[in-house]
Amino acid sequence: MSGRIKNVAEMRPGEVAIVSGFTDEHLSVKLMEMGCLPGTVVRFNFTAPFGDPICISISGYELSLRLEEASTISIVN
Amino acid sequence: MVSSRKLKIALVGNPNSGKSSLFNYLTGLNQKIGNFPGVTVEKKSGFCILPGNTAAEIIDLPGTYSIYPRSLDEQIVADVLLDHHSPATPDKVVVTVDATNVKRGFLLLSQIIDMGLPTILALNMMDLAAKAGINYDLNTLSKKLGIPVIPINARNGIGLDELKKAMSKPQAASEYPINPVWKELQKPIQELRDHLGIDNDYEAYQFLEQPQTLKFLGKDKQKVVDNIRNKYEFFPGKFQGAETIQRYSYIQNLLNEVTLKASDHSWKKNSTRLDRILLHKVWGYVIFFAILFLIFQSIFAWAQVPMDFIDSLFAKFSSYLISVLPSGPLSSLLAEGVVPGIGGILIFIPQIAILFAFISILEESGYMARVVFMMDKVMRKFGLNGKSVVPLMSGVACAIPAIMAARTIDNWKERTITILVTPLMSCSARLPVFTILIALIVPNQKALGFFNLQGLALMGLYLLGFVAAMVSAFVIKLLIRVKERSYLIMELPTYRIPKWSNVGYTIVEKTKAFVFEAGKIILAISIILWVLASYGPGDTLNNAEANVLEESKNLRLTEKGLADRIAAYKLEHSYAGIIGKGLEPVIKPLGYDWKIGIALITSFAAREVFVGTMATIYSIGSVSDSDTATIQQRLKAEVNPETGGPRFTPAVGFSLLVFYTFAMQCMSTLAIVYRETKGWKWPLIQLTYMTALAYLSALLVYQVLS
Repeated sequence: MSGRIKNVAEMRPGEVAIVSGFTDEHLSVKLMEMGCLPGTVVRFNFTAPFGDPICISISGYELSLRLEEASTISIVN
Repeated sequence: MVSSRKLKIALVGNPNSGKSSLFNYLTGLNQKIGNFPGVTVEKKSGFCILPGNTAAEIIDLPGTYSIYPRSLDEQIVADVLLDHHSPATPDKVVVTVDATNVKRGFLLLSQIIDMGLPTILALNMMDLAAKAGINYDLNTLSKKLGIPVIPINARNGIGLDELKKAMSKPQAASEYPINPVWKELQKPIQELRDHLGIDNDYEAYQFLEQPQTLKFLGKDKQKVVDNIRNKYEFFPGKFQGAETIQRYSYIQNLLNEVTLKASDHSWKKNSTRLDRILLHKVWGYVIFFAILFLIFQSIFAWAQVPMDFIDSLFAKFSSYLISVLPSGPLSSLLAEGVVPGIGGILIFIPQIAILFAFISILEESGYMARVVFMMDKVMRKFGLNGKSVVPLMSGVACAIPAIMAARTIDNWKERTITILVTPLMSCSARLPVFTILIALIVPNQKALGFFNLQGLALMGLYLLGFVAAMVSAFVIKLLIRVKERSYLIMELPTYRIPKWSNVGYTIVEKTKAFVFEAGKIILAISIILWVLASYGPGDTLNNAEANVLEESKNLRLTEKGLADRIAAYKLEHSYAGIIGKGLEPVIKPLGYDWKIGIALITSFAAREVFVGTMATIYSIGSVSDSDTATIQQRLKAEVNPETGGPRFTPAVGFSLLVFYTFAMQCMSTLAIVYRETKGWKWPLIQLTYMTALAYLSALLVYQVLS
């Protein structure tokens, strides 16, 4: 893989990764409040029928978010 | 004896943490809906008797994930909890946390503890936690947090006696903050505390972080806060991210100590399985539209019987009053103005009750979040929310409950747009108007062998309303500018069987809100309209009978024919008639005469009144055997004196149809928009844009067709 940082929007259903950071300061606070913290495991569950929004599992919660929101969550896996 | 000083207890918690169940359990039917001063947020409160016979006022604050608000509704939580020196300051805060996953609930809890009000943790859904195999050491938890911890199950009331006991006990605020403020912030915080005498560090810190919530301080104190904020270069939410991370790491450590057994998530299996069907590419939508169709059908079909019952009950009561009361202006005001006016309010109750039964089931079960999930992509393009689908679809039955249903939308802008465009969906009150006009101008023929032309025309009108709603939403989206960014980030809660008593409480609450708040306005307008239609200048109306007799003595009218003519004569010479005639120059370009003008005015009470008014007014000039003629025949026979041809040409008919599709011809809708937006700004904007849209479209249709 190249050195580019991956994000949650690029994950596939069933894929698991670890949150490494955020690219949008404003959204990051809201995401963290909802339990999406750096270092936690994120699982990509499924997408809505039109491919957007998506559903992820994090900290034991199921969250739905839009692709553009998911793309602000950087991951490593 | 009930002590004179009433305890005030605020309920706080995450959405889906069972806070409303707890509130309903504590207060029962002793609930009332008010407003928080100065804002449009609804305040739910109620009373509860605690052990030792103390009465406590329970205030249900909006569900929130943290003390930093994400919406206007959530802002009220910070407003109430930060203001420690007002008569409305709660004496205690009960925080509900979902025991199946406490992390996020504890974030809010830890912030609230640090704000320095005595706090109780109500650990809810203990039954589900037990099922999931989760086990906490509650004693250690209570010690570590420094507050009472009460395990409860708000769905069946288990643990509530202990909770009430804890609520009634005197309790001091916890002494040590969970998350002490950082060293570098101590200087500005101390400075602020010295100036304003604030109770604790975290409260002062919140003043600096959230200047938008400080209206309760007054201008002078706000200025002090602002000066310190400028001096130390604060901006709203500057330390929020760092604070959140620190609190979560505290929570993780705490949980490592008090969790005896963690969950293995297998208890969510059924919910996951259900999502595979309910969010399926094809079945997901099939099921969703089937549910919408069921809601729509029930409002249409089930509400009809009770509505007819209310209608006939009030009609009978009204004629009974006329027969027993001495005739006079006061009696007729009561029998013909007030009683039908109240009937006109109560008639909406069946529809409101049915719609909110469905909506609260959808919300309680967790399905509503899935609706947003499925519809978000489509609706967002039009500035709407995934949840807007429910109000829009219900609007086809009636805009009143539909607009009330828009309250489930958290985002202010999306909610306002939904409210503004919902009345464009063709409601059931337009149906009588549509049917009679279509029957008049569209031939009852089949096109292509099986399409009934009249049916096609009706469907076209419904589609026209829907398209207008979506286009208007798109335009309004571009016009309303807000700083609030639209985002989704939402929980998909685990599916649950709805708690039926909560459904019942919702129905009662919504019905009360409509009857007592929108009802006042509807009653006032309906009395004004009644006065306009039954009184006229001078004594022309008193002499109506004599005048009509004089005019028609050669016509050999039957008794009913004569009565019709008198009614028509009265309407023509009433204030409504005079306004209708005055309106003629304005509506002439649309192809309407003053008779239609009168119907436009009277049908502002409700669109279907158009039909009745037309029936009355067109009995003028009809021939002597006309008392058996249907409204349709009367309308058909009407001649346009300028052309000598029929009054209702296709051009006039279509122009009227388009007018009624777009016009805000409904005072009850205006009243409920006033109630839901807490002011006259939006209802007036709505009235203006819909009337302009209706007028211009009708003008275009008439000018093109004629």
